[in-house]
Amino acid sequence: MFQRISTYLYLRPRLSLALLLLPPLVWFLVVYIGSLLSMLVNSFFYLDGFTGQVVRQFTLDTYAKLFIPTNVQILSRTLFMALAVTLGCIVLAFPLSYYMARIASPRMKTFLYLAVTLPLWSSYVVRVYSWKLILAQEGIISWFARLLHLDGVLNWYLSSPLLGGPSLGISLTGVFLVFVYIWLPYMILPIQTALERVPKSLIEASSDLGASPAQTFRNVILPLAFPGVVAGSIFTFSLTLGDFIVPSLFGNSSFFIGKAVLTYQGTSGNIPLAAAFTMGPIVIMIVYLLIARRLGAFDAL
Amino acid sequence: MKLTLKMFHLIAALIVVSMILSACGAAATEAPATEAPATEAAGNEGAVGIVAWPGYIERGANDPAYDWVTAFEAETGCKVTVKDAATSDEMVQLMNSGEYDLVTASGDSSLRLVYGGSVQEIDVTKIPSYGTVDERLQNAPWHTVDKNGDGTPEHYGVPYQFGLNVLMYNTTVFPEPPTSWAVVFEPMDLPDGKPNKDRVQGYVGPIYIADAAVYLKAHKPELGITDPYELTEEQFQAALDLLKTQRTIAPKYWGDYLLQIEDFKNEGFAAAPSWPLQVNLLQADGQPIASVIPDEGATGWADTTMMSSKAPHPKCAYLWLEHSLDPKVQGDVAAWFGSNPSVPAGCTASELLTADGCKLNGFNDFDKIYFWKTPIAACGNGESNCVTYDRWTEEFTAIVGQ
Repeated sequence: MFQRISTYLYLRPRLSLALLLLPPLVWFLVVYIGSLLSMLVNSFFYLDGFTGQVVRQFTLDTYAKLFIPTNVQILSRTLFMALAVTLGCIVLAFPLSYYMARIASPRMKTFLYLAVTLPLWSSYVVRVYSWKLILAQEGIISWFARLLHLDGVLNWYLSSPLLGGPSLGISLTGVFLVFVYIWLPYMILPIQTALERVPKSLIEASSDLGASPAQTFRNVILPLAFPGVVAGSIFTFSLTLGDFIVPSLFGNSSFFIGKAVLTYQGTSGNIPLAAAFTMGPIVIMIVYLLIARRLGAFDAL
Repeated sequence: MKLTLKMFHLIAALIVVSMILSACGAAATEAPATEAPATEAAGNEGAVGIVAWPGYIERGANDPAYDWVTAFEAETGCKVTVKDAATSDEMVQLMNSGEYDLVTASGDSSLRLVYGGSVQEIDVTKIPSYGTVDERLQNAPWHTVDKNGDGTPEHYGVPYQFGLNVLMYNTTVFPEPPTSWAVVFEPMDLPDGKPNKDRVQGYVGPIYIADAAVYLKAHKPELGITDPYELTEEQFQAALDLLKTQRTIAPKYWGDYLLQIEDFKNEGFAAAPSWPLQVNLLQADGQPIASVIPDEGATGWADTTMMSSKAPHPKCAYLWLEHSLDPKVQGDVAAWFGSNPSVPAGCTASELLTADGCKLNGFNDFDKIYFWKTPIAACGNGESNCVTYDRWTEEFTAIVGQ
């Protein structure tokens, strides 16, 4: 039986190719593209305030609502947070990746690799909750600050208007710290991979030709590792754009895109506005990916 | 305290799971109740599908003592399938699918379901126990409406449970219970001599505008607020102004009850609107926490079991509606969920709900409760000039989301 089927398929390579590709194609077209399209279509509908029902008629009013000051502020706040988190991740990840890729012994490297990926195995929510205890007013950081008699410094920082708040947990700084913590592995791994690909011979050649270590780093290693940085930033940037859990646990309840979508869709049933809101990050990501392609992030693919 | 802690774990697990699911972007929809072995003898369809809040329909899987399904199934032959819903909107969507028979709708979705045509009129004469329901709930406006305009309102559901939002406070800050919501709305010094800035919370949901309206109703009678869910433009703006004032002193608006518990333990908060559940859990944890219903009254929720307009199993659905009013069932649900029975006899019919269970959950404060209902344009004053819920959402986002 099996033999007959395999002979049959062997003689018809196109059919076997079609059979192989069918499940992923269906998945991609129906689940992936289909849901995106349905969202796009919904964003051109509007909500009738009287019945609370979505009216399926074409309108641009829903998009116009995106540009009222509140929503512009939500979009820009999220955008700036995503940029800050990405930069923070790069700053923290690069030295560690460099150490892992070029300096550490194989043993150490395995250990670090495990240490970086291990948190990804445990639940995202549990890890985020644990930061509640670290950042709270009666939490670990402020306890430590009191112990070192640095609470003055902490309070001075918290009294700053934009980044501060009653405690680290209830400030934008807290949101930033937690975001950096949870997305860091997604930055370390691509950078490390990119750094490992830099051939040793190039570095030796560079120093043979009289370049100082700093010059070698700037002119050889950095440009070659850059695609890895961009690849990592795509993760950190897009994940921050869409997340709604961290901003609802930390910070001063100000909305980020994900939280706004959840509120519009989840509590008031305003699916059109939620869909229009979601188009925001999609447009931002498309622009971001175009820039990333310019910078050569996909050249190695 | 044993039971609330169990529930605490259950809900914690549910929240974590739902968060992970939504974080993955997975739209988890379970298969509806399809297997329906027709029990001809009983003359019903042999199955009933219910969309419910987590913990509302228990079959003893979490704790054998909490089971109000098994006996019903044995008695009627109707197999009960429960689909948990996390939000009111999910309930509305699930009911629009027409695959389920019943839904335990809250006040912020019940009118949406009625006017959206997702639920059908209930013939209360087919429910013998309907007369045992608390008289104040029998014709409540969130399930009894005159949709067809013939002058006599129709019933669209059977009351299930109700509860209220209390003012939770820290007893070391307040040696005497606060008597007014002013402590969370207006900048002032608290009894411990320190300002309330950064030590109070609001609730993160557009429906919280109604709490501001409850406060204004008592303190600004010139606005003429009669119903905090039916606000004219002027009254609505006044409520928004109050929320803007509150935003300057409230660093945080709570949405997840577990997080509110954390905040009161670790972030030094002194007062906030809350549910009896959090108060019980914090007290069980030895925290200096108590609650009060301020003089202005409080907002609350009353859930109603409603029947889908496309219900595939109407006979079993009616049997369940009758069963849901059984005093013991009512008392057991209240004990498990921390709510109040809609049938007064439920307060005494359940061993699980201890003697003063109803009192603890706020049963005696009924008259002070303004029950959640969807703000729609048609006010009780006969005009259509009330601010609708989509604007509540937008304006709330503009103030709190800033």
